[in-house]
Amino acid sequence: MEEKDQKNPAGEGQENKETGKEKETLSGKQMKRRDILKSLATVPVLGVFAWGYYKKRRYDQLIKKVIRDEVGMEYAPPVMSSTPVSGKQLRLGIVGFGIRGPQLMQAAGFLHPAKIDKLREAAEKNPRDKRYQEFMEQEDLNIVFNGVCDVFDIHAQEAMETAANIKRQGTGAKLPDNVKRYRTYQEMMAADDIDAVIIAAPDHWHAPITIEAARHGKHVYCEKPMTWTLPEAYAVRREVKKAGIAFQLGHQGRETESYIKAKEAVEKNLLGKINLIEVTTNRNDPNGAWVYPIHPKASPKNIDWKQFIGQAPWHDFDLKRFFRWRCWWDYSTGLSGDLFTHEFDAINQILEMGIPQYASGSGGIYYFQDGRTVYDVQQEIFEYPDRDMTLLYSATLASSKNRGKVIMGHDGYMDLGSTLNVYADRRSDRYKKLIENGDIKPDVPIYSYVPGRKNPDAITTATEQYFAGRGLLYTYRGGKRVNTTHLHIKNWLEAIRKKTQPSCNIDRGFEEAITNLMGVIAMREGKRVEWDYDKEQIVDLKPVPEKLQETNLKPIEYLG
Amino acid sequence: MKRSCDYTLGQTSFLVTLRTLIGWHFLYEGLVKLTNPDWSSAAYLLDSKGFMSGFFHSLTYKPSVLHTVDFLNEWGLVLIGLGLILGLFTRLSIFSGIVLLALYYLSHPPFPGLVFSVPAEGSYMIVNKTLIELAALLVLYVFPTRIGLDALLAPLFKKKSQR
Repeated sequence: MEEKDQKNPAGEGQENKETGKEKETLSGKQMKRRDILKSLATVPVLGVFAWGYYKKRRYDQLIKKVIRDEVGMEYAPPVMSSTPVSGKQLRLGIVGFGIRGPQLMQAAGFLHPAKIDKLREAAEKNPRDKRYQEFMEQEDLNIVFNGVCDVFDIHAQEAMETAANIKRQGTGAKLPDNVKRYRTYQEMMAADDIDAVIIAAPDHWHAPITIEAARHGKHVYCEKPMTWTLPEAYAVRREVKKAGIAFQLGHQGRETESYIKAKEAVEKNLLGKINLIEVTTNRNDPNGAWVYPIHPKASPKNIDWKQFIGQAPWHDFDLKRFFRWRCWWDYSTGLSGDLFTHEFDAINQILEMGIPQYASGSGGIYYFQDGRTVYDVQQEIFEYPDRDMTLLYSATLASSKNRGKVIMGHDGYMDLGSTLNVYADRRSDRYKKLIENGDIKPDVPIYSYVPGRKNPDAITTATEQYFAGRGLLYTYRGGKRVNTTHLHIKNWLEAIRKKTQPSCNIDRGFEEAITNLMGVIAMREGKRVEWDYDKEQIVDLKPVPEKLQETNLKPIEYLG
Repeated sequence: MKRSCDYTLGQTSFLVTLRTLIGWHFLYEGLVKLTNPDWSSAAYLLDSKGFMSGFFHSLTYKPSVLHTVDFLNEWGLVLIGLGLILGLFTRLSIFSGIVLLALYYLSHPPFPGLVFSVPAEGSYMIVNKTLIELAALLVLYVFPTRIGLDALLAPLFKKKSQR
């Protein structure tokens, strides 16, 4: 470097050398002034920066204010009515311990000791795996499980060990012996040490078990869909209301913060006149298509096959049907009952549109040609002429292209997921001026909500939108993640204790059941189905699909 | 170093201009983060890919560590920015800037096969603007000028050390 400098003794260097000679002759005062000027040479840059910064901030804030005034949405999280657990301990029972059953019990605070070991080991191996910590920190709901019921002995045994694990311990701990296994749900409902039951049996069992529970005054948390057939929907509603029990349908999306904010956005008319809602299922793996593993030890010896069949058409023992029952109309309502019902309830929570007037649809078995009878690609269309809108459900089990959930209106549209984004429509009337002025850009959300975040901001955070959309944000900072199913069970227990209505009560359940079955009938029968709001029945349903109009239970006593 | 002022006027001017521009960039990046109460490096760190990603991910595991990283990044950017513009603690500022840019570069290296959540604003292969800015700081590190507040402070330090 010195060499280089020596080779280049021109310019300032030379000047300095010359001035260096002068230095001795000039007064110290002059030199000092020169040095000070040099050292302060870049200070004015800071002034320019400050001026630019002020202008930019003012512009950003002005735009934010314009949007905020127009949008009128709060960025604070919605007020949730959840309060600390109080009241006496509730005694529960669970019917069905296949896949959803264990998940529900985990959300209620009960996990099998061996699974606790697994979670702990996973957390030790990978510090990012917070499942163990989350489960251990999950709020105690002050409940016990006194009874379990499953027609498969091995699952029943696991259910008992799970239910007894009150203190959330790993293997080796001594477990209490309060838990009883019931061979039939009828015996469980008759037990007097059970106040409430969780139903996670196959879909064709939802209604009979709910009705039996209601008749014994047991409160019910039932998995979706509420019923498998139409008559059951009426019967369940009647019996639940007659018994006055707290009935919660398993649409845990009711507890999702972004849905609650979405409702607020719709109420504030951010979207203008809503005319089309598109909800989708986009799965692409065997597990997502219900090709679940078959337990290696399962056999006719440890499965009560006759009880499993129940009111479904008789079929000889078949392990595939037992473990993958969702694949047959004989026990389920396919994509519609399993996944559309969640989508429907989310939209029903936001728009409160209830049962559609018309349903139509079609589908086929295009990828999983494994002997199933339910469709793996299907679309259902629901018309709401009184609301001037259509709800479209489009599903595939063989492509994971994420199409999300979109509510479309004349002035804007809303992308719904774990985050919420509202965009102005470029042809909107309401936002016309703001778009023309450049205050609103149609490709930047005018409102966005990221749960767990205090102050979402639509303007400066285009970058964050990318992260938020990919679920990368705010999962590890500050607050802990909370399982929505846990909140949904908590909401139900609160309703029992305070004698109030749960968030997805029987009326919402009835709307879900009818809508689901209208769609299924339309698809399977290849016809448009109409709902008569006054008579509360399906109009002109001919020919009658046998399995959806009747039930095999003899006598059909619960039909009234 | 002793001959650092043996530059032409043009050489000095453009070295100082380069330093000021980089300082401006740092200062604004820092202020934007500092004035946004919700800003966090978490998402950026979690998006890290490449051979150093394990380290960057691990910074997000504990809230306390993450808060420290956020704090250091926000104030680091602001102070380095001010330092570069004003020529104050210039060598320290340049050195810190190089360290910070190296971390940014290593957390999101534009290597073939790596795709990040935030699309780049340009097209890069191995070399990106972060690396160029880093190289520019290296140039400033080996070609210091006397323009800046350091020149004003130097006699003070000398006097102090003489005492």
